[in-house]
Amino acid sequence: MFPFSFEWAWDMSHIVFMGGLWYALSIIGAGLTYCIIKAAVDTLKGDAGTGDHH
Amino acid sequence: MDLDSALWPKGVQRCTFPKFMIGITVVSVVLVWGVYAALLCWFKGLNQTNMNDYYGFALWIWADLAVIALGGGAFFTGFLRYLVKKDELKHIINYAVLIGFICYSSAQLILGIDVGQPLRGWFIFWHANVHSMLTEVAFCLSCYFVVLCIEYIPLILENRQLDKVPFFHHLGHNMHGIMAIFAATGAFLSCFHQGSLGGVSGVLFGRPFGFREGVFIWPWTFFLFTWSAAACGPCFTILVTKLTEAISKKQLVKPNVVDLLAKISGWMLFTYIIAKTVDTWYWAFVTVPSKGFNWAFFYSNNDFYGTWILWLEIVICGYIPALLLITKKTRQTNSTLWIAIILASIGVCVNRWALVLQVMAPPVMPFDTWALYIPSWQEVATTILPVAYGVMLIMISFRYLPIFPQERELNPITN
Repeated sequence: MFPFSFEWAWDMSHIVFMGGLWYALSIIGAGLTYCIIKAAVDTLKGDAGTGDHH
Repeated sequence: MDLDSALWPKGVQRCTFPKFMIGITVVSVVLVWGVYAALLCWFKGLNQTNMNDYYGFALWIWADLAVIALGGGAFFTGFLRYLVKKDELKHIINYAVLIGFICYSSAQLILGIDVGQPLRGWFIFWHANVHSMLTEVAFCLSCYFVVLCIEYIPLILENRQLDKVPFFHHLGHNMHGIMAIFAATGAFLSCFHQGSLGGVSGVLFGRPFGFREGVFIWPWTFFLFTWSAAACGPCFTILVTKLTEAISKKQLVKPNVVDLLAKISGWMLFTYIIAKTVDTWYWAFVTVPSKGFNWAFFYSNNDFYGTWILWLEIVICGYIPALLLITKKTRQTNSTLWIAIILASIGVCVNRWALVLQVMAPPVMPFDTWALYIPSWQEVATTILPVAYGVMLIMISFRYLPIFPQERELNPITN
């Protein structure tokens, strides 16, 4: 649900509930986007990509 | 090197491919049985179940809450590994993530059957009831499942052949690099959805068996559910690890890693069970009398629910495993460790049973009688379905992914 939905009300319940959902999704989305873009950049740099992850 | 062994992690030995496929086939039979029952529920409707007006929450919701609690090992081990910096746990975190992934995907699968019309599953996000504990559960559960996928993907990318693809290698590496952020997000989400699942029964003021007082909007069951999941989830992780070791006939994790996780779980369980005892005492002698009942009423005059369930949950599956785990000697003895982790895992399931199904059973109106419930075979089959799916995913992941970083060192190939 977004603020432009007809069901939306500017009260604490909507702000806390939906704000929390968007906040969590934003962190997850931003983190994943960062990883994918950085992986593409690293690959384009020509790194062979060997060695352990840890 | 044949095609199959080329996919194994480096330096490890696995059973032959035909033997592996026999195992997969056996599990598939159970899986197909569950899928058939699920299809019956979807196409014919929820009349395939023994749910009724008393039991809107039944076997599925108990299974849901139980697997979510048992899967709590993922968030709590991740919290300990990435935020508390317990570095030894990096040797078991992969398996904790896999078990968490299985548990949470199972929970989503069960819910997908339980809602009757899964195509309308998105309604809870778009037409959210922002006063419902279950809305918060749906939000946090879905988001945390995404986090678990993100934690599981790097493991898949570490497959010996996939890792040769530079993009996949970098992606896995980068995801490992910021895993602490995902782990922190996961811990935050888990605390809330575990808690809200407990909160559901705690706010049922019309059901005195489940009702609890609490802090602000949160009943005590909110905190107890999160606490018990953090305590018993890691026990289940250790249990599945031990089972995998027994089946594969090899040691996969060093004893100091298991010992650390068992010790932390033990103290979590010990403190939890004290809190649970206090909560039960307060409920029995303050909350229930204030609603016009005597606590013994909820454990008598029926064929199933007696005080044995309290003894089982709090003493046999609470204090006993807690004491076994916090005592160094019993924690480090294989047989008593097995007993403790099995009892702790059963204990959290019994707790969820009491707060999902026992809540529905006692009469609360003058014309009511005790309402007992026996699940239909379709409910049983669809509840066993995720177990088969989990076993299969563990078999495939163990065979082809480097789940246990210490396996190669502990099981050197001599020939």
